Amino acid sequence: MSTTTEAPDTTTAAKPKLKTSAMIASFADAGQKTSSAPFGHALVKAAQENDKIVGLTADLGKYTDMHIFAKAFPERFFQMGMAEQLLFGAAAGLAETGLVPFASTYSVFAARRAYDFLCLDAAEPNLNVNIVGGLPGLTTGYGPSHQATEDMAIFRGMPNLTIVDPCDSIDIEQAVPQLAASEGPTYLRLLRGNVPTVLDEYDYTFELGKAKVLRGGNDVVFISSGLMTMRALQAAKALAAHNVDVAVVHTPTIKPFDAATVLAEINTDRLAVTLENHSVVGGLFETVASAVVTAGLGKRVVPVALPDQFLDAGALPTLHDRYGLAVDRIVAKVLAELV
Amino acid sequence: MTTTHEAKTETAMPVSNVQDRATQTGVSPADVPQDRIERTRAAAYRIRHHALNMGEVQGQGYVGQALGAADMLATVYGDQLRFRAEDPHWEARDRFLLSTGHYAIGHYAALAEAGIVPIEELETYGSDDSRLPMSGMSTYTPGMEISGGSLGHGLSIAVGMALGLRYQGSDSRVFNFLSDGELDEGSTWEAAMGAHHHQLGNLTAMVDINALQADGKTDTVLRTEPVTEKWESFGWYTQRVDGNDVGGLLAAFDKAAAQAAAVGRPSVILCDTKVGRGVPLLENREKAHFMRIEEHEWQTCREQLTAGYEGKASA
Repeated sequence: MSTTTEAPDTTTAAKPKLKTSAMIASFADAGQKTSSAPFGHALVKAAQENDKIVGLTADLGKYTDMHIFAKAFPERFFQMGMAEQLLFGAAAGLAETGLVPFASTYSVFAARRAYDFLCLDAAEPNLNVNIVGGLPGLTTGYGPSHQATEDMAIFRGMPNLTIVDPCDSIDIEQAVPQLAASEGPTYLRLLRGNVPTVLDEYDYTFELGKAKVLRGGNDVVFISSGLMTMRALQAAKALAAHNVDVAVVHTPTIKPFDAATVLAEINTDRLAVTLENHSVVGGLFETVASAVVTAGLGKRVVPVALPDQFLDAGALPTLHDRYGLAVDRIVAKVLAELV
Repeated sequence: MTTTHEAKTETAMPVSNVQDRATQTGVSPADVPQDRIERTRAAAYRIRHHALNMGEVQGQGYVGQALGAADMLATVYGDQLRFRAEDPHWEARDRFLLSTGHYAIGHYAALAEAGIVPIEELETYGSDDSRLPMSGMSTYTPGMEISGGSLGHGLSIAVGMALGLRYQGSDSRVFNFLSDGELDEGSTWEAAMGAHHHQLGNLTAMVDINALQADGKTDTVLRTEPVTEKWESFGWYTQRVDGNDVGGLLAAFDKAAAQAAAVGRPSVILCDTKVGRGVPLLENREKAHFMRIEEHEWQTCREQLTAGYEGKASA
């Protein structure tokens, strides 16, 4: 049987293809070396060595790389459904029985929706509950419902909580066993999927609670955490072309903060810049600022951070450029400061 | 006037309450042996007496709730719970989670009755540097498993504990004490779904339905009824009993335990209780979340409690 189907009218000029937030949801650069689901694989490895480790999620296993663990250890994985209060209350209950839970969801839901449960059930009794938060800061184009731009601001006030903002797959792989081994609750700002591998080019190992100088430089010192350390390193290279010599200090542990290392680097006559994938309120910049003021340094610090506002939806490259996290924007800001 | 701070029964329950669960097979109040009922009644009397003494020291407190819940607490601590008084962290213990932190006054009385907290320490309730704060906290008190008080947390933690114990091959049970006011909290229902989904037969929830919450009667604050149907529809093995009838409570807990062993289904025992139960002066007073009791009334309360327990008319 033959049918004649009316073809759509294609005679008009093709419209330019639009960028969509769904299509461009990675912050990895084209051609960049990446590692697939480093958190999931690191958790499996840690669990092979520590039979107390269990995993749970709130209907986001596939989107927080927890599915890798669930597949490897189905009897040690607990699906809690789209119920974040239950997720973290139950994680505390699991920890009360001597287990070491890693509980994953998106950072917005952990920080905003389940705060009371994390605070009273896990942090107050100082239990080894490990929060794994996906989409920290501006790592999704879905708008404020998914963008955890103030997660560190929310969590920094929680006593006993350790906060880790990893740069890349190396940081995540090395952090997971240390988070499991550390007493008390932790919060990991998860980078998921194909995560850039950056720090293998430097003489670097992740140590919980430690800041590390990745490269020296005479004119400017960058203090950075999370994926912004990757951008800081890229910006430092770009600034070299402008004869600006930039040091980069990576501070993956936001709390407790390695103020000694950071202040030693800041207490020079170099321009000091903080770089973070987070609101300018309550994150790395204010952590550094309070350390500087407490030490009585009287030193100016320039923040590269997200603005104190609800951000737009869109494609990540567009948004990183719009809000100042892109390398070009960092370079321009530093050059303007040095004029 | 002489005051009687000593409860009129001499024997506290044994300090170690390790029981053979196979012996607890009663299925209706009529099947529960009389000596179990009497033993539990006596424990409830002493818990109420302790609570009145603690309330008097503070001159206030959640005495009404403690009196109302005393039979539930006596049933759990006197008959159901496996624990070692001298070792509150014993790994093989059953867990009792007080979700309603403000019921701590009743819980401390039960912990004293169980021999976990010294009776003489009860008078420090709510005082500076006491191990017995007004709202129960695990970091302060031996035998207090969780820090309740932010309502709606207990059942979620209980789900995790029950999962963790089962995964590790433990036969310990988890009991979560919550109140009908806590049924307002959405998290309670997240946990109710989770417990059913994970087939947590080692979990028993006990709900004190005193029909009262902070701002007034439950049915005027946020209507929670029909409570029985709610729990049934969430997949729980559901029983509703007179929470001030010890025989009925014992039978319900026995049934819950048998049910748990059989089919891996969480159990809930819905307990209708009366605020101030056991002390007519308070039973008949206008109900309030935080009950007012005058200085001269405490002795009357104790006398009425003892008279009621001994089967005499109230003084």
